[in-house]
Formats: sequence, structure tokens, C-alpha cells
Amino acid sequence: MNALQVSDVSFSYGARAVLHGLNFTCPRGRVTALLGPNAAGKTTLISLLTCLYPLQQGQIKVSGHDLTRAPRSALRELGVVFQQSTLDLDLTVEQNLRYHAALHGFSPADAKQRINAELERQQLSERRHDKVRLLNGGHRRRVEIARALLHNPRLLLLDEASVGLDPASRKALQTHLRSLCKERDIAVLSTTHILDEIGPEDHVLILNKGLLVANGSIAAIQDQYQQQSLPQIFEQLTQKAPL
Amino acid sequence: MKAYWYCLSGIFFREWLRFWQQRTRLLSALVRPLLWLIVFAAGFRAALGIAIIAPYDTYITYETYIVPGLACMILLFNGMQSSLSMVYDREMGSMRILLTSPQPRSFLLICKLLASACISIVQVYIFLAITWFYGVQPPLLGLLVALPALLMVALMLGAIGLLLSNGIRQLENFAGVMNFVIFPLFFLSSALYPLWKMQEASLWLYWICVLNPFSHGVELVRYALYLQFNPVALMVCAATTAICLCAAVLTFSPKRTSLRTAPSK
Repeated sequence: MNALQVSDVSFSYGARAVLHGLNFTCPRGRVTALLGPNAAGKTTLISLLTCLYPLQQGQIKVSGHDLTRAPRSALRELGVVFQQSTLDLDLTVEQNLRYHAALHGFSPADAKQRINAELERQQLSERRHDKVRLLNGGHRRRVEIARALLHNPRLLLLDEASVGLDPASRKALQTHLRSLCKERDIAVLSTTHILDEIGPEDHVLILNKGLLVANGSIAAIQDQYQQQSLPQIFEQLTQKAPL
Repeated sequence: MKAYWYCLSGIFFREWLRFWQQRTRLLSALVRPLLWLIVFAAGFRAALGIAIIAPYDTYITYETYIVPGLACMILLFNGMQSSLSMVYDREMGSMRILLTSPQPRSFLLICKLLASACISIVQVYIFLAITWFYGVQPPLLGLLVALPALLMVALMLGAIGLLLSNGIRQLENFAGVMNFVIFPLFFLSSALYPLWKMQEASLWLYWICVLNPFSHGVELVRYALYLQFNPVALMVCAATTAICLCAAVLTFSPKRTSLRTAPSK
């Protein structure tokens, strides 16, 4: 079953169209990498998927729940890590997670259990009483991922989550995401413009000027473009050199 | 229903933690009205004669007169400050976490409003405790009876602030709006002078004061502190709260909560 189904989605800011008839799905148990240069429409798409922007045209289903008709059910199945950190720096790791659990309506006892399990999984148990301000960028990202997974979503959205991380933290994050997909059978949709972050088993979407110009496994895309490398295909499709 | 309760308590807990960590905010919230009470009132005591007016049944000192107004001043500044924090949360991104909660957005906004109102009321009671020792001593039962009145006024001012914050795109624009909202609301009210005094000075200023919902908030608290009920003030406050809250919920746009750079993408 697909964790995310996007059908014929278009969006415009006034007269300026930024997304044109997008169609794609994100299967569970896999990372789907959404690639695109700046101004491709990635952030707009994330804003639509998280209900921050109203859908103007098309349909989005999260785990079968229509985002327009049943936004609450859809949001229950969605975990999000935004590009810009959304943690409260003056609260501790645990207080940030408790706040999120409360927003999802979990009882304190249930929240405690989930927080313990998630911090354990992210190897952050020892930092639970530290203020977020004291954590480095990599740890903050892990706290955000722990928070996004607290309510057991079927779809984890990451908007340029590796921005600002050093190469080692970035690699660790990618390894972690892939193990999450397998262990918990969730779908991960990760927007990025760093091609090194894409694994050989990932599903790839390339967005350029609001159009989905490639959609498939790396092997399938390479077949389509005469076995060129992904950076070459990216450059050909977007007219921009990859990072 | 339990999920709503847990959500409400979570928002309360976070607002409380944030308030507790910014204890200087409490200090500045108290210093402002205390300066008015101790310095301003001392200077104006002689200049402003106070007649016997409801709800008081005798002549009162000027300090006694302005205490309810100063209590509402705390609510006013806090109401506007909480809307400032809404703009800040929107800019810093933490508002997005609130809005990706599966609970209805109107409920989340009302929870935030209630949480901010309760924190303001704690500050008001600390202020009233200090003024008690300073010599302004309303009936003890009045302090209890004033609680729902204070809640009503705090909600009204928070709803006005929430509505204002919807119209503000960036944090930098907020300071100007504060000057155009807080000072007129406060000075064109019965907080510092009884309205009959204003009527003597200028009839049109008097009418502005009468139409100012903050005047009714001050009177609601003043009457409650002295164990009396002011139905007109209650109705005005309730109606203003309902109108501003509905308008704030209806005009709340999560679009502004997205990244600042979003429109260019």
C-alpha cells in the first residue's frame, strides 16, 4: 500500500503557477527522494502535504486519507521534519517531545512510554533532560525525527533535513532513515538537492520548475536516459549542475 | 474528549514553561503598573479629586481607583505580548508544529489563548498581592469574585491581539502596531481617570472612552473586585471577545506559517 498518493496536484501564488499537475506515490518501506534545484517547488509541495497551504487542485491521500476531506486522519499518519528547526530551544528534549505528544492527544502515561521508546531508538536517552540549545545540529535533527515518529506515522516527511549537518552526521542520518523504513515499514519522502544522499534502492522524483520530470527507481531512470549517471540526468533535466 | 484535554494541558504546560523561563518578563510585567501606582499616582493624587462613584460606597484614594485599571494594564500588555509571540512562533517555525497537530485549528488557537490568559491572571494576582501590602485592600472575597472577570478581560484582549497578529506579516511590523493599539486602548479608557472627568474635559474624547471595550473590561474588574456586577461591561466584553475570536479564527492563515521564502519557490 502507498503511504502517499499525489494526483494531479497544481498550485499557484496568484497568477504565478509553481506546481503543475503532479502525480506520484510513495511506497511504504522505502525512501523516496524528491530532488530539485532551488525554486523547483519542493517547499510548496511540503506545505501542501502538511496542510499549511490549502490544496487548490488535485488530490492528496496520506495512508488512504484524503487531505482535504479528512485532514485530521491524514495528519495522524504524517510525521514531519521541517528544514528550519522547529524545536523550542529553551525546553529540554523531553519537554519538546511531551508537547508534541500532547498535541496528538496522548495521555501523559502513553506519552512517557512513547518518548522512552523513541529516545532509546535514537540513542538520545541520556540527553533527555538537556535543553535543546545545548545539542549539536546532528542531535537536534535526531530529536526532530524522534518527535516526528512519536505518533507512529505511516509517512515521514523530511524537508532538506540534512541542511547544516556535517558529512558524518548526514551519512548517519541517511543510514538511520533507511533502517527506519525497513524496521517500521514506513515511507520516507525526503526533499534534497544533494545527490550523494540518494541510495541505490531509493525511489527518485525530480522536480523542475513545478513539473515532475522524472519518477521511478534509479535503475529505471538510468535506463530511460541511456545509462547516464544520476548527476548527469539531473543536470540534463534541470539545466543545473548537481551538488 | 480526552485527546482534547491532553492537548489543552500540553499547550498550557508549554506556555507555563516558557513563561517560567522568562522570569524577567514577569518582572517587567509588574514593574510597569507598580511604577504607575507608586510614582504616577503619588503625583496625580492631589491633582485629581475623586467623587463617590460606583462601585465604591465612599471616597477613595487615587491609588485605590487605578488598581483595577493597572491590573487590566497587565492583561493588556500580556494579551498583546502573546500575539507578538504568535508572530514570533510563526517566523521561527514552531507554529508549524502546532498546526500539523490533528486537532482542529480553531481549538488549538483557543487553547493558546486560554493558556496565555491564565498566565496573565497569575501575574495580576501577584500584582494585587503587592498592592494589598501597599495599602489598596479590596474585600478578600472580591479577589476571588474578580477571577472570572479577569479571565473574561484577558480573553478579550488576547482575542484582539490574535486578530491583530493575523494581519502582521513580520515581527518587525509589530512594534508600530503596539503603539497604535496599546496606548490608545489604555489612555482612552477609565483605567486612570473616571469617565465623568473626561466628559468635563472633552465630550468627543468621553465618547471614545465609552466605546472603548477596554473601559468596559476595567469596569468589569473594578465592580467584581468590590463584589458588584456590571452587566453592560460583561456584555460588551463577551461580545468583543466573540467577534474578535471568530474573526481571528476565520482570518487565520497557515500560509503565513510556512517558510518566509515559500512564495518564491
